[in-house]
Amino acid sequence: MKKILEVRGLSKIHGQGCAHCYESTGPEMDTNLCPHCGSVVAAHGVSFELHAGEILGIMGESGSGKSTVVKTLFFDDAPSAGEAVFFDGEQQRSLFALNAAEQRWLRNHRFGMVYQNPHLGLNFNVSAGGNIAERLLMSDLTHYGQIRERASMLLARTEVLPERMDESPKQFSGGMQQRVQIAKALATQPPLLFLDEVTTGLDLSVQARILDLILEIQQELRTAMIVVTHDLGVIRLLAGRTLVMKYGRVIESGLTDQILEDPQHAYTQRLVASAL
Amino acid sequence: MNPGYELPQDEAGYSFGFLDEFAKREIRRTLLKAISIPGYQTPYASREMPMGRGFGTGGLQLTLSLIGPGDTLKVIDQGADDSVNAVNLRHFVELTCPGVDTTERTHEATLIQSRHRIPERALTEQQVLVLQVPYPDPLVIVEPSEARRKVMHGEGDYSRLLTKLYEDIVQFDEITISHRYPTRINGHYVIDPSPIPRYDVPRLHQSRALVLLGAGREKKIYAVPPYTDAMPLVFDDVPFRIEDFRDGQGHRRACSRCGATDSFLDEMIADDGSKTWQCSDSDYCNETLATRTAQIEVTA
Repeated sequence: MKKILEVRGLSKIHGQGCAHCYESTGPEMDTNLCPHCGSVVAAHGVSFELHAGEILGIMGESGSGKSTVVKTLFFDDAPSAGEAVFFDGEQQRSLFALNAAEQRWLRNHRFGMVYQNPHLGLNFNVSAGGNIAERLLMSDLTHYGQIRERASMLLARTEVLPERMDESPKQFSGGMQQRVQIAKALATQPPLLFLDEVTTGLDLSVQARILDLILEIQQELRTAMIVVTHDLGVIRLLAGRTLVMKYGRVIESGLTDQILEDPQHAYTQRLVASAL
Repeated sequence: MNPGYELPQDEAGYSFGFLDEFAKREIRRTLLKAISIPGYQTPYASREMPMGRGFGTGGLQLTLSLIGPGDTLKVIDQGADDSVNAVNLRHFVELTCPGVDTTERTHEATLIQSRHRIPERALTEQQVLVLQVPYPDPLVIVEPSEARRKVMHGEGDYSRLLTKLYEDIVQFDEITISHRYPTRINGHYVIDPSPIPRYDVPRLHQSRALVLLGAGREKKIYAVPPYTDAMPLVFDDVPFRIEDFRDGQGHRRACSRCGATDSFLDEMIADDGSKTWQCSDSDYCNETLATRTAQIEVTA
């Protein structure tokens, strides 16, 4: 299988940081707050690989650093240390060594992001179609007719009525807003998609349909995805492989089935036991 | 107060052109940078002028730091030489710049300061056009933070501006910007060409004259150098349209005073509600009228 992303030793410290930050935080220390300097170690030493068409789940409780990992990869946040290589066809791009313009290009052309809160991913001052148009315009498509056509196709694909494409997402339900976000993220047919708690806060039937949609897209377009969630059900349904994070560290990783059936780490055992 | 200190005084009580030499030098340096980077909004220390910010102080500072004895200045306000803003600015320059001529004729002027119009008569390489700008940044409608706007300009990221145009077409079937139409200069920076009507935007493209834009309140100077591309922001399949001044039957309206059918027209509404149209460029109107009168005299 073709490798699409390789992350090595990714770390992120919020605060000034000190020499003792890494050794005095983590699951063993039962904290991610450095007692010496008061910095928060949001993630440390996160390494993984992602292959084309694969869905990788990142699981963990609030504040475990799972969103931080995705945010640094999508350039929303700069990492403190580590490297990530994106395999773009024949090219290899070291993500954190790129300049701002190159990062923006990659973000617009190769990556897609769906946030938990639609307010982060959508511009509520323009219509649903306009949101998709914005993303297409960012990837240098400036033909009005083609933009309209692509936008209505994408909305139809994500089961938003194309008749409603000129309405503001404000008038949509939470589930529909999430669908528009997914359509927007998919607009440029990115090989890599980040999903940050996409179903959190939606009711169960809507959750199920969004998850179905994500699976269908993955089958159809062979998009690689990183799914961040604290919901074991989502992980079980979507992810082939899973990382379990706690206090910024990856404490367990492997095939999802294995982790859910035979958890090794005490925290994962508790997590699985409490949910099932 | 130091009794030994005497204010240096010349006849007018001010140095030539009102601004002190340091201020003029700074503006000229800023101008050089602005011309070197077409369309880039170059910051400068906008000075206090003896008029309110927003009344053309940016344009006036440019004019005052460029003008010298031997220059001929024309000042236009919405096309007209005789409206309040134009008259007062012209008077101010006459007062503070001894030796400078003023004119109302476009072709006689070496320096033209204009509020919101570009003269109908084509400008030449010997002329400089100074436009007064209230809002220099076209991105201000989509991004409130100036720091982020600077990054967007630097990266040539105008997708959100285009999204605005997209929304316009969706809602109204055409782009509804009537003036301040975002225009891309030399293939990179998009500028707000000051509130000139769409009609004037094509005149910026490959202009023979140097076009300088000054925003006094916002403290920015930018330029469209001669023979530089200036393309209005559009979609590939939705062409840029200018005002066509057609009536209900599709005929091009003519100026009610001089009869010209190739100029930008102002709509005048009389007390009884009836509408007439007249050239916005008063010099062009006078000129056309004079030519027509002469022709009538010849035939008669």
